[in-house]
Amino acid sequence: MTALELHGVSKTYGQGAAVVHALRSVDLSVEPGAMVAVMGPSGSGKSTLLTIAGSLEDATNGEVLVGGVSLAGMSRNAKARLRRRTIGYVFQDFNLLPGLTAAENVALPLELDGVSARKARTAGLRALDDLGLAERAGQYPDQLSGGERQRVAIARAVVGNRNLLLADEPSGALDSVNGESVMRMMHEACKRGVAAVVVTHDAQLASWADRVVFLRDGRVVDQTAPLPGPESLLTSPGRRQ
Amino acid sequence: MSVRHALLALLSEGPKYGLQLREEFEARTGEVWPLNVGQVYTTLQRLERDGLVESDGTADEGPQKGFRITDDGAQELTAWLRTPPDLSSPPRDELVMKVLVALRVPGVNVHDVIQVHRRYLVELMQQWTRLKEDEAEFDLGLALVVDAELFRLDSVIRWLDAADGRLKRAAADGHPEPVPVALPRLRRRTGVRS
Repeated sequence: MTALELHGVSKTYGQGAAVVHALRSVDLSVEPGAMVAVMGPSGSGKSTLLTIAGSLEDATNGEVLVGGVSLAGMSRNAKARLRRRTIGYVFQDFNLLPGLTAAENVALPLELDGVSARKARTAGLRALDDLGLAERAGQYPDQLSGGERQRVAIARAVVGNRNLLLADEPSGALDSVNGESVMRMMHEACKRGVAAVVVTHDAQLASWADRVVFLRDGRVVDQTAPLPGPESLLTSPGRRQ
Repeated sequence: MSVRHALLALLSEGPKYGLQLREEFEARTGEVWPLNVGQVYTTLQRLERDGLVESDGTADEGPQKGFRITDDGAQELTAWLRTPPDLSSPPRDELVMKVLVALRVPGVNVHDVIQVHRRYLVELMQQWTRLKEDEAEFDLGLALVVDAELFRLDSVIRWLDAADGRLKRAAADGHPEPVPVALPRLRRRTGVRS
């Protein structure tokens, strides 16, 4: 089943002469295990696309399906449940709660979903361990480095059985080595079957994706071809000697 | 890439045979820059002529001939490492030319031209990133070479993004046909290499 589908999705803000078309008839489909990057300049509609895919905002027209289920007509409570159980978010500024430890931050979405505190903690510790942060579980966000904070945010986004990861400039202000490890971890999550959509203007981040979709003025204007194997680089005639 | 200095660097670790030098060169650069045997021997002959390496002279020309670096060679290597490559004048960049020309050709949308190149560059970056993902964790030389390539391609994409934005703004400000910079003038100003 497709993890995320957008069919003819449009979003407008304002009315009359002041109307702004943030998205215009966008089609997008992301299979489980795939990472799709959405690239475009500021104001191209990237973030709007992500908030609509994540059910944080409604489309003006068109249809959004998460895990095959249409968001149209879904109650607010049902959407909130979907966000807690199925969708993980990674934001540029990490959005960790400063009063909670790394483990508590990661376990929080499960606890909010009614999972017992003990089970949520166990799942949280496992997610941290997967990202090499087991020893930092008891630390508070301000005791962690930027790279560690973002790893906690990723652990929180994939904890439980979430299978759709939505990321907005996930390497934020991290340096390129830490940015790379963030993308490496998201890619690992995809190998385990999670579908990911990464919104970015950074080509180095986007190049981790299986497919890159280009957005301009709210429209999908282009996308990359399926990837050939890396050996193609070593045999291409244009390769410099 | 200076094959000459790469060979001097390998010899700075100790005496080596010709064939060994070729294999080590390829291994250290993540096998991204292949060398043919002829290139290695021609370069070694020139280095010997210039007094930067010595051969043992016992074997004929061939894979078993041994080489070692001389004091002059070691000095040459140290000086080269600290000499910045010449980046002072911009190279004549084919992509820049294409975008400038696209501005002038009737019926051509420059933004579409930019997007074609942007997509191609992103596809190349995806392939390099895949190579890094698969191999580079275990091969530091390859990781460094791939990073360099990714940063180079990224900088070209950033230029395309900036050009896209600048042209859009110029059109919005009422300059629908921006006048491209006259290249000869630019070349006079900056001494562009041809």
